[in-house]
Amino acid sequence: MEKTKEILNIEDLCISFEQYEKGLRRVELNVITNLSVNVGEGEIVAVVGSSGSGKSLLAHAVLGLLPKNANVRGRVSFRGELLTAERIRELRGKEICLVPQSVSYLDPLMKVGAQVRHSRGDEDSIKRQERLFGDYSLKQKTAGLYPFELSGGMARRILLASALMESPKLIIADEPTPGLDLPLAKKAMADFRSFADEGNGVLLITHDIELALEVADRIAVFYAGTTVEEALVSDFEREETLRHPYTKALWRAFPRRGFQALDGVQPYVKDMPAGCPFAPRCGLAGPECAGEIPLRAAAGGTVRCVRFSGGEEINGGKEAKSNEA
Amino acid sequence: MRLEAKDITFGYEKDRPILNRVSLTVRETERVALSAPSGFGKTTLCRLLAGYEEPWSGQILLDGRPLPKKGYCPVQMIWQHPERAVDPAIRIGDTLAQCPDLDPAVIEGLGIEKDWYHRFPGELSGGEIQRFCIAAALGGGTRFLIADEISTMLDLITQSQIWCFLLAETEKRKIGMAIVSHSEDLTNRVATRIIRMDRR
Repeated sequence: MEKTKEILNIEDLCISFEQYEKGLRRVELNVITNLSVNVGEGEIVAVVGSSGSGKSLLAHAVLGLLPKNANVRGRVSFRGELLTAERIRELRGKEICLVPQSVSYLDPLMKVGAQVRHSRGDEDSIKRQERLFGDYSLKQKTAGLYPFELSGGMARRILLASALMESPKLIIADEPTPGLDLPLAKKAMADFRSFADEGNGVLLITHDIELALEVADRIAVFYAGTTVEEALVSDFEREETLRHPYTKALWRAFPRRGFQALDGVQPYVKDMPAGCPFAPRCGLAGPECAGEIPLRAAAGGTVRCVRFSGGEEINGGKEAKSNEA
Repeated sequence: MRLEAKDITFGYEKDRPILNRVSLTVRETERVALSAPSGFGKTTLCRLLAGYEEPWSGQILLDGRPLPKKGYCPVQMIWQHPERAVDPAIRIGDTLAQCPDLDPAVIEGLGIEKDWYHRFPGELSGGEIQRFCIAAALGGGTRFLIADEISTMLDLITQSQIWCFLLAETEKRKIGMAIVSHSEDLTNRVATRIIRMDRR
């Protein structure tokens, strides 16, 4: 595998929330544990996984948008430089842009044209905004509308245009496609692709795996707040090349394939089992699944499963990089 | 039984109709997928079918009669954003308790667990809330279900769990469905008929 320059590197990220239960009793909820993802130059890395597996939190953690009661451990670095709270504030909206999940991130009291232009009225900005609107088949008069006057799909396109307005190095797209029809969703994906091909990075958070498979280079699979597998896109062609039982179950649930359901639900953060979070639903689970589960590198990807034979064990995040090549 | 939209015209603003003379029939044994580009008014059509809006002209008819104005509506809608469809300040179990004549088998079939009942919507994932919303739409009197992008925000496993249950349940109880989804793979899998709408 060719070594690319890293844009975003997340190592052993843990996020927990402190919550008050009844009265003054406090509980700590570990929502993300030992999560590692990196995005290189020219790469689209898709993060897929069950709803509630912490995908959006990851985006918010990178951008420093978590609420005050969150505790974050682990390392997040951007182009080799450790991201501190101050540094994030300087970078976000400029070098790192977020395409948020919900349309409610738009300012309801501001016309969308001005929002996309980030309130600038100079000629260049207006031209660029008009071109972006044209690219996304938004009528120019849409610029004069308020967010509540838009359909869901139009608002999505506004969010996309808004992120592409600046020239960021990294786009974090949090579920950018629901509400878009297929041609528009594919157009958005193609734009991410050409954005990445210019030497930028995209972290694409989605559960639309099929769409992600069309444009991404690698797929990181999340389950219950941790990365269970990182696979190459080509691994998704057949079930056998996938490594983790959860990824295989996902594969079998594709509407085009088996449309097979799996019993049970992802465990709630308060009653997370020790060891592998997928064990209660896994056909291969045994007593060893309750212990520490090391990350293994195998065939260009990684997997966190004791049942996976072969591959090399990675001890902690730091050594991961040297083993990867 | 059949659910009909007869020549309906509707818009949210005066003189700006979103739907112009749209007609559509769904029979009790059918699952009809509506496919159209973004912004076409699919959600609006769904809201009309479920009686949330009154058309400017034309009628929504259930077996030739207008939808009842009071009581449990036999046409139930499941929404795209479950977390917005429930009251965040009410425990989810209490929200579900408002649904009349709910068969306990539905709750079981959807994989709803007993200890979720005491949680507030903020303590459940989107997929878990959506299961409650589906259960609440499947009260004893339901004849038709309108499903507007009900699984777009769910992962594939949850999606197939929910759909496999819905297919079995609606076939058993002869509940007709109108489905909106952007995923062609999904509609090919679950719909018995696909209607493509386009601007004239």
